[in-house]
Amino acid sequence: MSIGWYLVVSALIFSIGAGGVLIRRNPLVILLCLELMLNAANLALIGFSRMWGNGDGQIFALIVMVVAACEVTVGLGVIVAMHRLRLPMNVDEIRELQG
Amino acid sequence: MSSVLFFIAAIGAIAGAIGVITLENPFYSVLALVGHLISLAALFLLLRAEFVAAAQVVVYAGAVMVLYTFVVSYVGGDSAQARIGEPIGRPPGATMTLAAWACGGALVIELCIAVLGSGLKAISTHGAAYSPTFGSPQQIGDLLLTRFLAPFEIASYLLLIAAVGAVVLARRRGGVDDDDGTGVPVITAMDIFRPRPQGTGTMAEGVGGRVRIAGVAGQAPVVEPAAPARVAEPVGVPGRASEPAGVPGGESEGLDA
Repeated sequence: MSIGWYLVVSALIFSIGAGGVLIRRNPLVILLCLELMLNAANLALIGFSRMWGNGDGQIFALIVMVVAACEVTVGLGVIVAMHRLRLPMNVDEIRELQG
Repeated sequence: MSSVLFFIAAIGAIAGAIGVITLENPFYSVLALVGHLISLAALFLLLRAEFVAAAQVVVYAGAVMVLYTFVVSYVGGDSAQARIGEPIGRPPGATMTLAAWACGGALVIELCIAVLGSGLKAISTHGAAYSPTFGSPQQIGDLLLTRFLAPFEIASYLLLIAAVGAVVLARRRGGVDDDDGTGVPVITAMDIFRPRPQGTGTMAEGVGGRVRIAGVAGQAPVVEPAAPARVAEPVGVPGRASEPAGVPGGESEGLDA
């Protein structure tokens, strides 16, 4: 398959992730949708890496995976703290940056 | 053969992604994401990125998703929240959902136009000539330790900071002094060095239990002095009010070491 097909799949996954951030209100699912978008970017990076026959894109994808892991860790920490403070699990109701 | 594999993996990845955003229960969303990640690893393999595919399966579908599963089981999903009577926000209306889907559709059209109309001739080819070392762990390691040494080190610092930050964010706050009168525990940086009441920060406390220092009624407490100790008691601990005040030897819930 040519590289363009992979890029189209990557664009589809990214759009699904972006739509998920817009329609879901649970912060856990929003984190999952962020993962979807980062993975779509990874797919595009690796596709381009294959296109040029160059390993740099794969390094970039690995760094993106590290960043995604950090984001997940901190995001899940925030969610656990929200649960401890009995805040509602709804991003529409959590608008104030206190406590 | 590779076309067949591509379509199977691509359909799996897209179906997993749709499952993530449409399934109601967050637990099933996590499982759909695991399927999505494994399909994506197959796509990486088709692009000759063996090391990244292996890292995807081990790190993502293995470790990160286990973390998600733990947090989902701890926090609970939408249905668990409705059961215990906590406020759930109104779901986004049909108009908003339609608008969100329209935004997503516009985004995919725009991305496809941007990518496929970019004038890059190589996009419609199968990629550069394949060499056996491409994407191998050896090449990745070479690049990470020579050309990309600085990003590699910065990534390790980022992981360290994220780990510390997650512990600080999610740790138990009940045992810390809340003397500001509002009843909301206040965390400062000095709390790291302040001696805590015994038993705080443990997993037993995390699920609502308290450490009982003196076990049997009628005996003197092992640790607690006879006078009622001044303990920094968090607001709303059950059992504290019903305890007879100042009775030595009662089953103490004091926490002072």
